Amino acid sequence: MIEVTAGWYLSLAAVLFSIGLLGILVRRNALIMFMCVELMLNAVNLTFVAAGRALGNLEGQVAVFFVLVVAAAEVVVGLAIIVAIFRRRESASVDELATLRG
Amino acid sequence: MTDFVWLVIAFPLAGAVLLHFLGRRLGEPLAGIIGTLAAAAAFVVAFVAALPFIVEEGNHGETVMLWEWMPAIGANLEITWDPLAAVMALIVTGVGSLIHLFSVGYMHGDERFARFFTYLNLFLASMLTLVLGGNFAMVFLGWELVGLCSYLLISFWYTKPSAAAAGKKAFVVNRIGDFGFMVGLMLVFTNFGTLAFDGIFERVPEILDGSTATAIGLLFLVGAAGKSAQIPLYVWLPDAMEGPTPVSALIHAATMVTAGVYLVARSATIFAAGDAGIVVAVVGALTALWAASIAIAQSDIKRVLAYSTVSQLGYMFIAVGLGGYIAGIFHLMTHAFFKALLFLGSGSVIHGMHEEQDMNKMGGLLEKMPVTGVTMGIATLAIAGIPPLAGFWSKDEILGVAFEYGGVGIVLWVIGLVTALITAFYMTRQWFMVFTGEPRWEEGVDPHESPRSMTVPLIVLAVLSVGAGFLNTPFRLTLEHFLEPSFELVKVAHPPEGLGMFALLAAISVGAGIAGAAMAGFVYSRPREIWERFQGGFGGLWEAWQAAYRVDDLYGATIVTPGRKLSERMAFDFDAGGIDGFVNGVGRAVRSAGARTRVLQTGLVRNYGVGFVAGLLAVVIWLVIAGGGV
Repeated sequence: MIEVTAGWYLSLAAVLFSIGLLGILVRRNALIMFMCVELMLNAVNLTFVAAGRALGNLEGQVAVFFVLVVAAAEVVVGLAIIVAIFRRRESASVDELATLRG
Repeated sequence: MTDFVWLVIAFPLAGAVLLHFLGRRLGEPLAGIIGTLAAAAAFVVAFVAALPFIVEEGNHGETVMLWEWMPAIGANLEITWDPLAAVMALIVTGVGSLIHLFSVGYMHGDERFARFFTYLNLFLASMLTLVLGGNFAMVFLGWELVGLCSYLLISFWYTKPSAAAAGKKAFVVNRIGDFGFMVGLMLVFTNFGTLAFDGIFERVPEILDGSTATAIGLLFLVGAAGKSAQIPLYVWLPDAMEGPTPVSALIHAATMVTAGVYLVARSATIFAAGDAGIVVAVVGALTALWAASIAIAQSDIKRVLAYSTVSQLGYMFIAVGLGGYIAGIFHLMTHAFFKALLFLGSGSVIHGMHEEQDMNKMGGLLEKMPVTGVTMGIATLAIAGIPPLAGFWSKDEILGVAFEYGGVGIVLWVIGLVTALITAFYMTRQWFMVFTGEPRWEEGVDPHESPRSMTVPLIVLAVLSVGAGFLNTPFRLTLEHFLEPSFELVKVAHPPEGLGMFALLAAISVGAGIAGAAMAGFVYSRPREIWERFQGGFGGLWEAWQAAYRVDDLYGATIVTPGRKLSERMAFDFDAGGIDGFVNGVGRAVRSAGARTRVLQTGLVRNYGVGFVAGLLAVVIWLVIAGGGV
């Protein structure tokens, strides 16, 4: 029987974070990018929980609560923006939103 | 005792303020009457305040503090009411009142009638500030204000380009002199620590060494030369004749231009402590001769008088420079009377001739304008130094002072005599050209005597021109005793003692005057061909006089044009190229830097993300290499 140590959790979190980061960099669909952001946030959460458990204190779990709250708020605002943009442009591609080009 | 003396300044000032705001509504002639009354009220107050000096011998007067302005430097609103200030105030307000009255008639029909009296009242208030001020700060305040009024009044008819230019010229030339005066004041302040007369004149011997006193004196001379039109700054005064004639009489003959003489007399102790006095006298003598020679050949009736004024001011400078302060002030007073009379008379002539100023187009006016003709004749005799008129006594006292001084004084005396001869010549020439001979009027001109408001001042001034000399004859030195308390701290120079010497010197100077007058009378009472032959006898010299030695051209070529070129270079080359170039260069550099870096701003979120991640990685790598120093 293989014992699941904290290292496993941390590795999983790193993989998830990398997937999210890669997604942000390569995808154009705003919705997908948004999901990638969520993936990264949750990877971080996992890190917090794993580290907290391994070290035997609760601060990790507490931090996760803050992250969840912020993420929830972010989802509300972010989705609202995406919906507004989609209504106006009939598209969710961020490359078309380049009016700030210098 | 004389606390009320501030009213002397307050009346004209109140008149100026009132006329400024209500003048147009008051209209003609009410505005003029109010202005005249303000001046007359100031005269009455000055006279009442001067009574103590007359009844009480040796009364020094007092300093009346009105308001503490800047006590730390001795610059308060205070009045020094002493005999010198009283004499100046009486001359300024007395002649000023008569000229106000004259102006009511002269400015008749001018659309800015009320404004003219606003300026005249303002001028009186400024001039009184100058002569009554109890410290150099107030003197300087008045000094600048009379300069401003002079500018406003010279260019009163500002729609005429020549008048506007003359006003500007007077202002600029005066600024040059004012600069010298200002530096002199700084020197006074650094030495005495105050500008108040009370803290300066009594302490001159203990504080000033000879060279500092000379330096202050010379700097004051620069200022005085500007205001009193002496070489080399006299050029503005002839041009100032562009102003209305009463202005020429009041400001450019009787009062403002004497400010320089007053300054030297007031600062007598400073001049006595150094060697600047003799320079003042030499400048005065040169100016007297120089300007008199120019006056010979002028054909504009007012320009003759303008150069004559410059010349007579030179006389006063000779006197105060040699220490004859009372002689200088005496001549200042008599000159104020007869020169104001001459100017007002010429104004009356110009008025009667429908603005004609060329003496070649006058002649035979005595019949048409008897009052003007006779009063101007009296003034001519007075300035020519014919006894017993006023000019004789004062001019003789100055020549006597120069003679008694000895050495250089003898040279100045000779110059003064030659000037007296020339003065008699050109004044007589003027009178004969204007009032006798065949009429040479332009067609359609119908000369007429001026109204009563103009002839009354002429008559009053004529009486003064005859009688004022008796104020200070060698037989009865009334003015001398009156002024003595003001000059107790210095040794006042006098003419030689004794009636024999007086008679001898008087005979010489009267001889010179009569010779000049007779020569002019002989030539200019004859037909025009004779004059022209006479004038032709001088050859190129006459043309040089006529052109005023081309001094204006000389200044134009050596100072004005290079100055203008320098300004243009600074404005259009240095400022536009240098200063603006630098500022624009900074702008261009920022702009091009922006153009180069703007390509980074793609507007694509992914690109920013790459940058963000790269930065993050860099930080992480750095932390790892640095060995977890977090």
